[in-house]
Amino acid sequence: MAEIKSVIGTQNKKGQTYTDTWKMMNEAPRTPSFFTGSEVIKEALRRASCDVMIAYPITPQSEAAALIGELFAEGYIGDYFRGESEFAVMSQCAGSAFGGARVFTTTAGPGTMRAMENFPMWAGARLPIQMIVTCRGINSPLSIQPDTLEIAYLLNTGMLVWHAETAQDFFDWILKGYMVSEEPDVHLPLALCCDGFFVTHTKDVVNLTPADMCLPPYDPYRSPVPCMDMECPPVRMMRDPFVMKSNYISYATHASWQQEIWAAVERSRKHSIHWLNGLIDTENMDADIVIVASGTAVSQGREAIRLLEDEGVRCGLVKVKTLRPWPEEEIREATKNAKHIFVPEFNVTGWLAKEIRATVPNHQRVHAGPHVCGGMTMPPEIIVSEIKTALGMKTFSLAGRGS
Amino acid sequence: MSKERIQISEALYDIMPSDYQDLVKSATYGKEDRGWKDIGTSKELIEQHSLCAGCPESMAFRYILASLPNPEDTVMVGSTGCTSLVFPMVAVHNIHSLFGNQNAIASGLKRALSVRFPGRVKDVVVLAGDGATVDIGLDMTLQAWFRQEKFTTICFDNELYANTGGQESGLMQKGFVAKMAPVGKLFDKVRLPEIARESGCHYVVNCTVSKPSLVEKVIRNAVHIAREIGPTYLQLYTPCILEIGKNSMEGLQEMRDSEKPTERFAYKEYVSEPAKQLLAELAAKDKERKAAAKQLAAQAQAN
Repeated sequence: MAEIKSVIGTQNKKGQTYTDTWKMMNEAPRTPSFFTGSEVIKEALRRASCDVMIAYPITPQSEAAALIGELFAEGYIGDYFRGESEFAVMSQCAGSAFGGARVFTTTAGPGTMRAMENFPMWAGARLPIQMIVTCRGINSPLSIQPDTLEIAYLLNTGMLVWHAETAQDFFDWILKGYMVSEEPDVHLPLALCCDGFFVTHTKDVVNLTPADMCLPPYDPYRSPVPCMDMECPPVRMMRDPFVMKSNYISYATHASWQQEIWAAVERSRKHSIHWLNGLIDTENMDADIVIVASGTAVSQGREAIRLLEDEGVRCGLVKVKTLRPWPEEEIREATKNAKHIFVPEFNVTGWLAKEIRATVPNHQRVHAGPHVCGGMTMPPEIIVSEIKTALGMKTFSLAGRGS
Repeated sequence: MSKERIQISEALYDIMPSDYQDLVKSATYGKEDRGWKDIGTSKELIEQHSLCAGCPESMAFRYILASLPNPEDTVMVGSTGCTSLVFPMVAVHNIHSLFGNQNAIASGLKRALSVRFPGRVKDVVVLAGDGATVDIGLDMTLQAWFRQEKFTTICFDNELYANTGGQESGLMQKGFVAKMAPVGKLFDKVRLPEIARESGCHYVVNCTVSKPSLVEKVIRNAVHIAREIGPTYLQLYTPCILEIGKNSMEGLQEMRDSEKPTERFAYKEYVSEPAKQLLAELAAKDKERKAAAKQLAAQAQAN
């Protein structure tokens, strides 16, 4: 910590001032800018004091990954290169993080799936890598369209998983994400997810922090496990390697380490609440009907609430910001008076609804839907229709729904 | 790093494990001219290991760790297999992450160390089996070479998957009958040394580990060239005596038999032009240093 404090107020080679992150995010003046989500990722990285970024092309994250290359060319990133596949890229990210670097990468859909073996390894090795996931379809036949199914696969890796709704979330959470990830009692990778295209390829007004301020650098010696740089004693790590041993000590060691990873996910809760101002946001909590959603389904839910209000139906909203740590208590509290809970999602299986059903009492209150997938948009009208149908109200028929 | 970084607080000395105390007392971090001859007179950077009795891989490990020119600033990267049973007992920082991704890990690691320690030497050395290097990890092995990543790749070639029980691998000889090759392997041993040369490696050696002095020489060359110029590759025959039906004491003879001029592990070496130049410069410096030392010794004797 002493080392970090000492650099606050000093300048990096680009003339940016290392700034206390809380002040930078909460007190520094903000400039409204009209940017695409990809450009916002670049602007966040400009301020992130990132050591290594590793890129690979896959729609819809290619633009962001290439824009960060421009940052490298301008001297804002320590090193940058294109890997040969997502599996390799995520391993290269691991190598850099093992070596004590602050690491950033981006991926999407099939890329996330190809790289999957790396993610539990990242968590197990306590590597605080940040990975942007711009969700897209992972089904066959091939699709490049928005679809959030891949998030379901990330939920049990031991990574922190956050789901951004807007480009503004994205900008703030990239920077705040490192603060949570790099806490010594957390020290875990973060999958910062968004809905591809809807967030990456649309323009929005985003309030940016000053470009001449940047995060304090990562201090790898605050890690709970040794940094692999031969700057600390290379004692042997164990008397006998645990791998493949069939004995109780081996099982107990693996079991306790797995428990420690998940305990670290839990410990990230207090830091996430601090930085994100809570794990969920709520609106109209006195309503009988509540929409619980994450990502851009939140925006669509908000529109549906406005439409329903016109018809005299009052409806509440829970925006789930962090999927890991899972805001169990918060969701239970926010929905305790709700008679109906609707969970609109951009995927075919309804993984968020399943999580919520496992969280709230009287889970028959949870209506899993509406679901769209394969790149379909979710007009607020179909959320309205789903709600009205469940309430026994008359609703118009939506084209293509077969009703 | 020299030995200062591993010094033990006096108050804690007596409760430290004896192998750590030995490292402080007599390991060879920071020693110029360290090499295989230190074995037996100094603390080795490998503690006990759980390999089979007589396994040539254990010899290879000892020679390599004794020969690294700069262990105090070297990070090693391993992969899954018999080597991963040894690395936890090696007194050099080392990474195991997944099976086959060792050259990707090393690429990221080397770049991070270059960003974090500009102007300082931090060597990265990959050591993995033939399954990891040539089969499951071939893509990442080659791509690291294409990108001219500055680290050494060592392949312990035992011509099969030893740790999972002797299955066919890409470096297995054609015709060898093994698990998953029930009628004998149907295609030739992959010619990775030639592929390494074509892929941009600046130093490629194919040999056995029967002679410690030879291992020392090729390790030093490979690490120095990787540090200054670009990727290097060593393919070392470390037969799995268990899976080829040999006894514990027969590993050395197996290697000697396989390195005869007509055999598949006859010494083969490729050195690129820039690497040749570097080796010549290093040899000249070495000669100068030895001459100076000799002169100093002669003077001391005269006095």
